[in-house]
Amino acid sequence: MLTCKDATRLMSEAQDRPLSVGEKLQLEVHLAMCRGCSNFREQMNFLRLACRRFMQRRNGDDDGSSPS
Amino acid sequence: MLKFAQLQLRDAALAEDAVQEALVAALAGERSFSGRSALKTWVFSILRNKIVDLIRVQSRTTNISALGEDEADMDATFEELFKDNAHWRPEARPFGWGDPAETLREERFWEVFETCLNHLPEKTARVFMMREFLEFETDEVCRELSLTVSNCNVILHRARNGLRRCLEGSWFAPGVSAC
Ligand SMILES: [Zn+2]
Repeated sequence: MLTCKDATRLMSEAQDRPLSVGEKLQLEVHLAMCRGCSNFREQMNFLRLACRRFMQRRNGDDDGSSPS
Repeated sequence: MLKFAQLQLRDAALAEDAVQEALVAALAGERSFSGRSALKTWVFSILRNKIVDLIRVQSRTTNISALGEDEADMDATFEELFKDNAHWRPEARPFGWGDPAETLREERFWEVFETCLNHLPEKTARVFMMREFLEFETDEVCRELSLTVSNCNVILHRARNGLRRCLEGSWFAPGVSAC
């Protein structure tokens, strides 16, 4: 059984490389049962999104009014 | 642009030089631009390369994988989020952050975001920003900074969790200020 601590490591690595089938399976089983880790995953996705947006703002189209 | 360079390099003088050089290089290029935005994008791409060059030079003189006091503190704080069985302590369990689009529209959020980035230890921030802002693949980041893949993974995990905790404490938690 995957622990929450290990799950956070996998979820971070999932931002950097495709997980193996086995890793994915373990993670999905864990996430189905664990609210905290599901939220953690959403927070990781949020961070990625925020970083992209941060760069777009820096990168000239910083009027912020364009609908996405 | 200067703010961006400073965030990456954590050195005001170095950042100023980098931005100036990028501007000079862009203007010397004598390309024509359809608008201000195109010029900005062009200057920015030059600046990105300059920052990477500087990081490369810096990484030769400092040992990026060495664990500093700040990093050790972050790891200790991370460990405290869990019970002995490595599952979340109820009070430390990550909570939902609501609608991302709504948050990202808030001007105040970006101030908090930058503050949290500046809270990350220097070396940790550098690896994270190369990955997320300069959009290097993780194995490129490792190679440029002479880190092993597992080392890279540990640093990125530390950075993401640090940033997550800082945002959770100073933006998403109601009624809590500063991290
Ligand atoms: Zn969990």
